[in-house]
Amino acid sequence: MNVRSQISMVFHLDKCIGCHTCSIACKNIWTDRKGTDYMWWNNVETKPGTGYPTSWEDQKKYSGGWENKKGKLRLNATGKARIVPNIFHNPHLPTMDDYYEPWTYDYQNLFNAPEGDDQPTAKPISMVTGDYIDIEAGPNWDDDLGGSPVYAENDPNLEGLTPDQKQQLFAVERLVLFYLPRICNHCLNPACVASCPSGALYKRGEDGIVLVDQKRCRGWRTCISACPYKKVYYNWFTGKSEKCILCFPRLETGQAPACFHSCVGRIRYLGVILYDAERIDEMAKLPPEMLIDGQREMILDPHDPEVIAQARKNNIHESVIESAQKSPVYKFVKDWKLALPPHIEFRTMPMLFYVPPMAPVMSARENGVVNAVSGDLFHDIEQARVPLKYLANLLGAGKTEKVAYALRKQKAVRWYRRAVTVGDVSMEAAERMLREADCSIAEAEAIYALTSLCSFEDRFVIPPMHREEAIEAFRDPMEQKQAAGFGFIDKPRRGL
Amino acid sequence: MTGQSALNIFLFAIFPYLAFFVFVFVSIQRYLSRPFTYSSLSSQFLENRRQFWGIIPFHYGIIFLFFGHLAAFVVPSHVLAWNGVAWRLYVLEITALIFGLLTLIGLMQLIFRRLGDHKLLRVTTPADWVLYALLLIQIIAGVYIAVFYRWGSSWFSSVITPYLWSIFKLNPDLSYLSGLPFMVKLHIVNAFLILAVFPFGRLVHLLVVPNPYLWRRTQVVRWYRNPRSALKAFISDNG
Repeated sequence: MNVRSQISMVFHLDKCIGCHTCSIACKNIWTDRKGTDYMWWNNVETKPGTGYPTSWEDQKKYSGGWENKKGKLRLNATGKARIVPNIFHNPHLPTMDDYYEPWTYDYQNLFNAPEGDDQPTAKPISMVTGDYIDIEAGPNWDDDLGGSPVYAENDPNLEGLTPDQKQQLFAVERLVLFYLPRICNHCLNPACVASCPSGALYKRGEDGIVLVDQKRCRGWRTCISACPYKKVYYNWFTGKSEKCILCFPRLETGQAPACFHSCVGRIRYLGVILYDAERIDEMAKLPPEMLIDGQREMILDPHDPEVIAQARKNNIHESVIESAQKSPVYKFVKDWKLALPPHIEFRTMPMLFYVPPMAPVMSARENGVVNAVSGDLFHDIEQARVPLKYLANLLGAGKTEKVAYALRKQKAVRWYRRAVTVGDVSMEAAERMLREADCSIAEAEAIYALTSLCSFEDRFVIPPMHREEAIEAFRDPMEQKQAAGFGFIDKPRRGL
Repeated sequence: MTGQSALNIFLFAIFPYLAFFVFVFVSIQRYLSRPFTYSSLSSQFLENRRQFWGIIPFHYGIIFLFFGHLAAFVVPSHVLAWNGVAWRLYVLEITALIFGLLTLIGLMQLIFRRLGDHKLLRVTTPADWVLYALLLIQIIAGVYIAVFYRWGSSWFSSVITPYLWSIFKLNPDLSYLSGLPFMVKLHIVNAFLILAVFPFGRLVHLLVVPNPYLWRRTQVVRWYRNPRSALKAFISDNG
């Protein structure tokens, strides 16, 4: 057992209102520079939809992630030997057209336009060329366009759905959409790191944050095609790759990352987990239907004395072990099995987990009358307006079983809380549903508390990162605190 | 070196040393003090289709030509021995010419690609244009020589190689160069010019070709609490 610690995340999709506050918080801090203008380290997608960049989940188009080739993990896009012919022209690189051309507006025209019969307008200007452009796409171009024949119907997750299930998603009266906020997953088996010929991408040992060393990146562009989530971006101005840094300068000073901190719906949870680094390779090779269980098995119980002993042996700080014991992520992922990794079939072992959405409330429209939720748990889950198979393609490696389990448990908790607070359903029925959903009353209360009543401290259990101990031999920690960051020492310019 | 004009002495006996010194000194200095600026500055993200038809012939062409020149410099006797049989000479010469033309076509494609695309013009610096101009001169001169001054692979080994070795041995002997046509001299001087501008532009990506990737461990983990890596990070942050 080789115990390591990893900062890990849960997004509760049932609570996401799609307000994009997280995206803006991130944009304002990190990507408002030239060359990063088109990047959204954090973005919010409407599902079903094609997302950003367009159809990123379609690996037939982008060749991201890993495949298990005869018992060996192999990158889909490039790899050790294949880098030699592909280094000049990366055959799988998405171009700016797959994202969008960033633009601003000619605001000056509103003030300087000569007198005329019409109101002056602020025409859009490309932030790359400075020319007037017609806007053709944007980072959330299909926002709220569930049911759109252009976007929603081209969602790669619709693969394998029956015509009935598709009808379920797109019938006008039953139209449904939900939001998927996305950041870098800070994977345990990151394809971007493995693909980088320069060794510029790395995973921090202490907290698992995946970073691009800007001084070693040479712009070979393999990480961009290797990441199946398309969360490494190419800075077209500096010729370097950039990605979500999980706001490590904020984490190191005890603050939650900006997107987490600003989240209006309080959907985001952050905490440390302990995992067995020895088993990454073994688990990433499992057949698709076993990947979720494999990943859960790799995440270790922070209360287990043997795990604690091994963690101490690996110099994991006592305070980090304590943090891991309080981690909300551990509860969602391991204890309750409510949170699921996105597209684990890409085999990167993502460390961001999603609680599948219940919303909209399950109800059936019969004879013009909308019926409220029934007590028939299993039947209702199958009839959910977001077809189980769709959620399974997104969060269950194509298999509905784990998603159904998470939805069933969530619904049972709701039913139980309704019996407690409103009382219009019988407690007997609620307890039966909890039993059927593999959930005790204590667990239901805990899930309810962490979902609905969670304070800042409940959601973000940030371990002390002890960066000051690492640098104090060379530098005043207070100075480090003020100066550590991005692009501070070398201005991010193009060329010499 | 008697009987040589001052210009000849400067271009063929002094300038090579200047160029080499600038190449070595600036490359190292830039690597140590401005590591962020070492990048291939790829523009494939902005334009993908024409990039393929330019970058692939250019790179394969120029890499072949580089190693061809290197072979004639390092093992001239082997090249001459190979050329001893007529058909082998023809094969070598025709191959070299094909790769020269590939390089030329690729480079033209890349230049017109940049000129014809507004986005690309925004990421093209004066250093890029200087480099394009020098490379274009070099390759046109090279192809011209290959076509009009036949069997270069043979006379390179007996004329240019001893000259280059004389430079290498710090005892420049310009007598080998007397009587060489203008295009050949242009090719030589321009080569040293490219060496001199090398460390100022994007060519530095050649110095950081990532060959260790082929044998490094797949995943990279850095420990900031490890005193050695912390010290390394500190030094790298503070120049």
